[in-house]
Amino acid sequence: MNAVRAQDITCGYDQRKVLESLSLSVIAGEVLVLLGPNGAGKTTLLRALARFLRPMAGTVFLEDQDIWTLGADAVAQRVALMPQSERRDWPLTVEESIQLGRAPHCGWYSPFNAEDCRIVESALASTGLLELRHRPITELSGGEWRRMVFARALAQQANVLLLDEPTAGLDLKYQHEVLRLVCDLAKNRNLTVVVTLHDLNHATLYGSRLAIVAEHTIVAVGAPRDVMTVDLIERVYGVHVTIVPHPIYGTPMVVPLIEKGASKKESDSKKGSDPLVISSGSDPFFESDPARSENGQS
Amino acid sequence: MKPVVYLAILSAVLLTTALLSLGVGAVTISPGRILQILAARRGSAVASTELTIIWELRLPRLLLACFVGAGLGTAGAGYQGLFRNPLVDPFVIGASSGAALGTTLAIINGWQGTFLGLACIPAASLVGALAAVAIVYGIASVGRQVPIVSLLLAGVALSSLLGAIVSLLMFLHEEKLMTIFGWLMGSLSGRGWAALWSTAPLILIGSSLLWMHSRALDALTFGEESAASLGLGISRLRATIVLSASLITAASVAGGGIIGFVGLIAPHMARSLVGARHARVIPMSGVLGALLLLLADDVARTIVAPSELPVGVVTALVGSPFFLYLLKTRQRELGVGT
Repeated sequence: MNAVRAQDITCGYDQRKVLESLSLSVIAGEVLVLLGPNGAGKTTLLRALARFLRPMAGTVFLEDQDIWTLGADAVAQRVALMPQSERRDWPLTVEESIQLGRAPHCGWYSPFNAEDCRIVESALASTGLLELRHRPITELSGGEWRRMVFARALAQQANVLLLDEPTAGLDLKYQHEVLRLVCDLAKNRNLTVVVTLHDLNHATLYGSRLAIVAEHTIVAVGAPRDVMTVDLIERVYGVHVTIVPHPIYGTPMVVPLIEKGASKKESDSKKGSDPLVISSGSDPFFESDPARSENGQS
Repeated sequence: MKPVVYLAILSAVLLTTALLSLGVGAVTISPGRILQILAARRGSAVASTELTIIWELRLPRLLLACFVGAGLGTAGAGYQGLFRNPLVDPFVIGASSGAALGTTLAIINGWQGTFLGLACIPAASLVGALAAVAIVYGIASVGRQVPIVSLLLAGVALSSLLGAIVSLLMFLHEEKLMTIFGWLMGSLSGRGWAALWSTAPLILIGSSLLWMHSRALDALTFGEESAASLGLGISRLRATIVLSASLITAASVAGGGIIGFVGLIAPHMARSLVGARHARVIPMSGVLGALLLLLADDVARTIVAPSELPVGVVTALVGSPFFLYLLKTRQRELGVGT
């Protein structure tokens, strides 16, 4: 079943079209990763799915209802958007901020009831923020702040989470911590997640399906193994790459090449064969290592 | 300490201060006597000078100070939250310059009579303030959106324009200079019950509206996208906040002229006591604003007795150093550090 579906949507700002007749179905319970170069329209797509940006043409369906026939508060009970960044210059505490996630359910006027408090408590616990609950959000580190926003989305109890680059600005540890948290919670609470990422290898590791946004539309969508092909990545990003299996999990790993033409040769010689079975050893990225140091010196 | 405790303590302080303030002035009256007089019916058969002083002069003025102070405090809290900026005061989007122009025109043209139960000058300042805010809001809006920065810029620009017109009018009508000047500096002197009845209800309505939208204001501080994702209608919310806060500001100006700093300081003090949530900050700012203006007015009417200082001068003289002190010592609590 589709949790969210965009049908032939054209979106943009003023006269500039960012996305044109794009269609995408998000299956309930999956973690769908949106990939694509900067400016391709990933954020615009999320905004359209979140009912924040009205498409110029086409329709976004939440289950089977046109999202624009539903009220903003009705949508907020079912869809939570976690933007790439938000203002954090008002010193509300972590707990107070997360409580606001309950507003779509209890309204903007009536006090929070016991049920709301229980849900906030559970969101604090799931994101490991119990000890920081009384800290003003102006004093949080980048990682703590991401967790706070994520906890607020959890308190919103939406079954569709739209996350815009939740790993941006985080170090390796927090990148994986956030993604693992998203995947675990998606599984445990049966949430549908659409997440934009820049790191292709995070995408293949954590995504159940990938969709590539480029050229104003979605150029590929499917399981990581099907989407991650050398040709497609090179076409979309304009970077030479090779694709190797993850040493432990076997998921495809995209490795950029610095030497021009190296991957071209590679993909020519392996034409027709599964790019995933390319093994390292005599691989171009070892050959290109000296090239990199040469570049560095010149 | 719990926020409710703070609110209770400060309300008690406000009441006590009010009671003592009634006794201060050219004729000193003891608190016990004040309570007796307050218990006696207004205009009761036993006429006495003290009764008249309390009921006809000091009590309406004191209540007006409380309402105007509370209004400036809550409006300041509302605007600071809306603009996510602790440097904003209730006059930020043109209310003061609009009021100044309205007042100046009324004084120069010698308009008489009443409007909406207000004497002519307060009525003109009320209309001027609301008109200026409406113009600023209209200029800043793009389609159905009103970007915050445009709102601030339009406010600054229009204020300069209106300020220039006021200066020009003052230059051209030298004979009315002192009258206009007295108004622009803010004063609560000589206002009776009529001024109170015509401003207090507007301030009450505006403050209640603001307070009702506390939670939405909290969410709005995350920015538009996040607030919308929580189901908030941003445009309507902004319009409501601006309208309520401007109504309060305009009524306050109509009641007491242009009184600076109360609306800037009261929300700061409130936040450092009870945290950042608007549901607490708004009522707290109201109580603190009332207390501040009451004290300032006590000073204004006693320090150079038998003459009086404009209360706006007192709030600025005491308020600015106090604000600088707060800024220096408590940047973190004010949310402007880090």
